[in-house]
Amino acid sequence: MITFSFDGKHIEAEPGQTVGAALIAAGHRSWRLTRKDGKARGIFCGIGVCFDCLATISGGPNQRACLTEVRPGDVVETQEGAGHGDLAC
Amino acid sequence: MLVIGAGVVGAACAYACTAAGLTVTVVDRGAIAGGTTSAGEGNILVSDKEPGPELDLALLSSRLWQDISADLDARCLEYESKGGVVVAGSAATATGLRALTAGQRAVGVDAVDLDQDELFQLEPNISRDVVGGALYRQDAQVHPMLATVHLLRRARQAGAVVRTGTTVVAFLRDRQGAVIGVKTDPADEFYARWVINAAGTWAGQVAELAGAPVPVLPRRGFVLVTEPLPRVVRHKVYTAEYLANVASDDAGLETSVVVEGTKSGTVLIGASRERVGFDRTFSLPVLRRLATQAIGVFPFLEKVSLLRSYLGFRPYCPDHLPVIGPDPRVPGLVHACGHEGAGIGLAAATGHVIAQLLTDQRPAVDLTPLRPHRFEEAAR
Repeated sequence: MITFSFDGKHIEAEPGQTVGAALIAAGHRSWRLTRKDGKARGIFCGIGVCFDCLATISGGPNQRACLTEVRPGDVVETQEGAGHGDLAC
Repeated sequence: MLVIGAGVVGAACAYACTAAGLTVTVVDRGAIAGGTTSAGEGNILVSDKEPGPELDLALLSSRLWQDISADLDARCLEYESKGGVVVAGSAATATGLRALTAGQRAVGVDAVDLDQDELFQLEPNISRDVVGGALYRQDAQVHPMLATVHLLRRARQAGAVVRTGTTVVAFLRDRQGAVIGVKTDPADEFYARWVINAAGTWAGQVAELAGAPVPVLPRRGFVLVTEPLPRVVRHKVYTAEYLANVASDDAGLETSVVVEGTKSGTVLIGASRERVGFDRTFSLPVLRRLATQAIGVFPFLEKVSLLRSYLGFRPYCPDHLPVIGPDPRVPGLVHACGHEGAGIGLAAATGHVIAQLLTDQRPAVDLTPLRPHRFEEAAR
């Protein structure tokens, strides 16, 4: 087992598992809030097509959780809107 | 009247002419806003023009787009009077820019010179390497396709008929040779007192078909589209080098960066200019150069992903002025074309002056420098 964090919580994953799969397995269903209405989003297509499952993974926003393999120590955060909030002006 | 071309210029002509009480039909071989209009950025700029006939038209257009957005609802058009910021990367460029703004102010452009600190206030994410710039409050942005659709919506409400998928194959003429309509494929005939050539980058071909050539040629331009972002760029921001490139006669690749945010969150990065005919081949070197220049102005872009790119053909004439007005060589034919990369911005004024011409009013701007037969006079 490898471990990573999600919004400060400790999560375990199988080696080779995607961030999305590990989060679902741990009982989490959403890790993004939409840009306009702030609605919760998680896995939809699960195969990299729909871009609904975007998350901020180890600092990089807009990464598809369904395709991104967990690396030990990853810091996954719920993404608010388009991410890149540090650049907003 | 009959308008050839359902792009933004044809739509603006239909909008202004129906408002003036004329009966209007619009034909297009493709879809509404499916050609030249579909591949631009939606610039409504006064900043990129030197004092002269094109700036007169741009100033008029800047006012008219405000009226249009009030009439059609600014939100429908994604019209934003966000203002333009031109930046200079060197002291020499900054000096040149100040000379330009002084000349522009003299003819009514709202241009404010900016020092470095003022620039950082206006655009917090801009590179600390820029030395100065100028703010143009009249510069605005509109969604080109939405604007076209809504201009035609209003024209239709006023009785206009729009026929897409209808290609003009010949001009109908009276015994004196004057144009009295067009023949189309699928087979049909449309009769009109005036035929307006608003065929964008293909206007040269339409003019040729009418036997009144105007040298409208394609200039290819790429635009990059980033992933959606929060508001990171407040104005339409471009480098002063863009001004030199717009007026250039160089056939080779030129790039000068234009960066702007959109309502949907994506940031658009233009603008390359190449004379390669109607070649639609994807060009990685051009895209790479645009991206590099954009990062030079906004360093944060280095960590932003691109979603896609698109290209379009800007309809240019050798003297970089549009062609607007009746063609004395072929009575009944009126041109509204050759706007190069400024067609969205200049569309409103173009429609307005065409409506004035066709209702025997004096056009709001002097159209003499834009007359269709000027190229033949120059060749003589």
